Amino acid sequence: MTEPIKLTKKDFMSDQTIRWCPGCGDYAILAQVQTVFAEIGRPTHEFAVISGIGCSSRFPYYMNTYGFHTIHGRAPAFASGVKLANPDLSVWQITGDGDALSIGGNHLIHALRRNVDMQILLFNNRIYGLTKGQYSPTSEVGKKTKSSPMGSVDHPLEPCALALGSDATFVCRTMDLDVKHLRKMLHQSYEHEGCSFVEIFQECNIFNEGTFDNVRKPKQRKINALYCEHGQPLIFNKGTQGIRVSPQTFTLEVVTLGENGVTEADLLVHDETNLALATLLVRLKGPVAFGVIYRVQRECYERYAHAQVKEAKEKTPNADIATLLYSDSTWVVE
Amino acid sequence: MSKSTQTLTDVVIRFAGDSGDGMQLTGTQFTDTSAIHGNDLATFPDYPAEIRAPAGTLNGVSGFQLHFSSNDILTPGDSPSVLVAMNAAALKTNIGTVKAGAMVIVNTDKFGKRDLELAEYTSNPLEDGTLDDYQLVKVPLSSLSKGSVEETGLKTKEADRCKNFFALGMCYWLYSRDMTHTKEWIVNKFKPPYSTANLKALDAGWSFADTLEILPNNYEIPPAKLTPGVYRNITGNHALALGFVTAGHLSGLQLFQGAYPITPASDVLHFLSKYKAHNVLTFQAEDEIAAISASIGAAFGGALALTTSSGPGIALKGEAIGLATITELPLVIVDIQRGGPSTGLPTKTEQSDLNIAVFGRHGESPIPVIAAGTPSDCFNVAVEAAKIAVEFRMPVMVLTDGYLANGSEPWKLPDIGTLPSIEPNFEKARTDGSKFLPYKRDPETLARPWAIPGTPGLDHRIGGLEKEDETGNVSYDPSNHEYMSHIRQEKVNKIQAVIDDLEVFGHSDGLLIVTWGSPYGAVRSAVTEELQAGSKIGHLHLRWINPLPANLESILREARQVVTAELNLGQLKRYLQGEYAIEMNCIGKIQGQPFHIEELRAHFAPFLKS
Repeated sequence: MTEPIKLTKKDFMSDQTIRWCPGCGDYAILAQVQTVFAEIGRPTHEFAVISGIGCSSRFPYYMNTYGFHTIHGRAPAFASGVKLANPDLSVWQITGDGDALSIGGNHLIHALRRNVDMQILLFNNRIYGLTKGQYSPTSEVGKKTKSSPMGSVDHPLEPCALALGSDATFVCRTMDLDVKHLRKMLHQSYEHEGCSFVEIFQECNIFNEGTFDNVRKPKQRKINALYCEHGQPLIFNKGTQGIRVSPQTFTLEVVTLGENGVTEADLLVHDETNLALATLLVRLKGPVAFGVIYRVQRECYERYAHAQVKEAKEKTPNADIATLLYSDSTWVVE
Repeated sequence: MSKSTQTLTDVVIRFAGDSGDGMQLTGTQFTDTSAIHGNDLATFPDYPAEIRAPAGTLNGVSGFQLHFSSNDILTPGDSPSVLVAMNAAALKTNIGTVKAGAMVIVNTDKFGKRDLELAEYTSNPLEDGTLDDYQLVKVPLSSLSKGSVEETGLKTKEADRCKNFFALGMCYWLYSRDMTHTKEWIVNKFKPPYSTANLKALDAGWSFADTLEILPNNYEIPPAKLTPGVYRNITGNHALALGFVTAGHLSGLQLFQGAYPITPASDVLHFLSKYKAHNVLTFQAEDEIAAISASIGAAFGGALALTTSSGPGIALKGEAIGLATITELPLVIVDIQRGGPSTGLPTKTEQSDLNIAVFGRHGESPIPVIAAGTPSDCFNVAVEAAKIAVEFRMPVMVLTDGYLANGSEPWKLPDIGTLPSIEPNFEKARTDGSKFLPYKRDPETLARPWAIPGTPGLDHRIGGLEKEDETGNVSYDPSNHEYMSHIRQEKVNKIQAVIDDLEVFGHSDGLLIVTWGSPYGAVRSAVTEELQAGSKIGHLHLRWINPLPANLESILREARQVVTAELNLGQLKRYLQGEYAIEMNCIGKIQGQPFHIEELRAHFAPFLKS
């Protein structure tokens, strides 16, 4: 990396016409990613944006960087290959709830556990959009869609819980409309050395309008969004409510400050290195946890892999074709 | 005492025992020793899919056949001249391939009541006349071997493990082999007291054979008159690995292998993971799809990308191969074929993936396909496939099979200076602001630029949606799609210009036997024998399956009759008939076993008469 250079959001906009539906949450995310890339201060050619299949996966076409729109569900594997072959790149993987959690679930968990240094942005809209409205792995039970006219009978998956279960080293949650928070999360995910998992609540206004109204509408957000900050007490609803551990059940419970003698001192202080707390926070019902829920340091896969190559080269400095072929047991026929 | 030594030209020896008896190791040691002795040779390991089936059962028998000779040979031999059977089950499963008069060395310690039951013998074949037509050598291998290592203090179970070296010592005496190589190997491989015990068992086996009255003499097989040069013994999988590492050096690129363990391809991953000093990065992926996906990602990133698998894995990789085709990225895909469909016969050989290699993707998705004919040819094929992939910017499929993968032969090492160059020719950085066109082609090869992420001024997007010519932008234009489909086919056709013309071995206007892949050796041997007998026959061997060589059609039309010989139900035959509309026949075998020379000649007979 060289000295930060001055670029603007415009430098990261490609010349391609954007083909998402009007009102789609993807527009907001695209704008913030372009802004954040400019703020990072690296030239466009040092970014690679890799995606699978789905509405969100059209993303690379709209970014003026290197980009690869691959096949359904496999983007984490493609992105891993790109990063391994070209470790200096800043690699960003764009995916949706169907792409990442259904067809590509296997690749997601393995990219996370390996901790390949890249950012995985999961646009969760709880629906299949590009195939025109079937329930997804994050759709709620009972959801009526084209493929579930009597209501979905599939139990939904909690993406951040899956990431934590995969030993991800960075797990955060944000949303399309809260652009300031989204930008902050994108920056933090970039700064994390390792595989960053960023779940972004995103609305598909065509097939699943209103699914995140409880936190997406500004008024509701003030009530229900719990913004987790490392070292700060877990407070929400305009400072009136908080989270503490129930001593009876070891689960989290919502308490109201001032009620039954509860003070801020009784509340849990967020510790993003605490896996047990993170595991409870991502499944919290009622308030919804946002922010960096979990963050720890672990060596990245590609560094281990390249270190082994380096070590092997140092041990055998003159590895060439002759030493390769003319080794082991050879004999000469005169 | 001294026994006389007779000279022979050819010996086929087969070691057979329980999966845990060390038969593959014994066979490999005999092979290496014979290679160093200067014999020409060919090997055929034949083992079950189960790692350790219950001891003593028919399912657990593992075999290793070695043909060594003072002549040029191309196959591991039809039938053993010596069978070493370490137990009753090994005798039962192998005696069928042994001809009358051959020597059969049996471990009499493993012919007890229980052993016979497990081998499903109702009476003892050592006593009931079953083996009357053979030169039977009865040896209590287990007890003799145990006795020979007594002073090393090994426990009974450990001492019993030395019996393969006892048997090997006997065979070394029988064929007057120098034991130095094996002794050095044992010392390097094992720690005392195991090394001491194995050395003692080896020596004891030699001495025992020397004193055995039933073996009145031993044999010498003089070195073969091979082309002068430096040789090493090589299996197909090892040759493939060496070929790709060499291609990495020749191109100056890092070799990236994405792979998921699968029989019989895993050894390529094992080998390559040991060659990291040669700038090799291996990635053991979570599944077959991830393996090829990571490789395509690495190709985009600027590496020499490789993915290796076998049939079931290739079936899973189909969609990603299509992506590599439309994005025109360099990638080598290796299919080490095994018996199918489905899990099929994982450890047995077959050539039934020609169809999936050439046609096995949705859409018009042509890719070049090249097949290796011998274990050492796997090296050449790897280098050639890598060169085409890199210089034409496209996925290339390499076909080998289980027989080539595990079989071995002496390999005359190439002169480094004769190896081809491989030119990645990366697109250069641009600072003048001119527009980069990722799908603007080289007029000669139709290759598009390889623009590596990180290069200033070449920012671009690729993907699985149809590309507009030159710009590479997404395009649903009908005529563009048709044009691009033709271009992708044309790119494959262009390779015809750089591949060698075919030559017929023998007569070109009589019966023409056409092969691809591993039947090369058996067919070449059978055709040679026919030619010596005066038959009007020829042999044509294909390395490139797609595109087909330019002079193939005229050769096929010149022949009186064309017959393919392949380990499937006629995939090459149907493919060639489709291309040229020429009447053909097929000698197909689909038993998980390679062709035998005698069997081929029997198949040729009716065609030679007609």
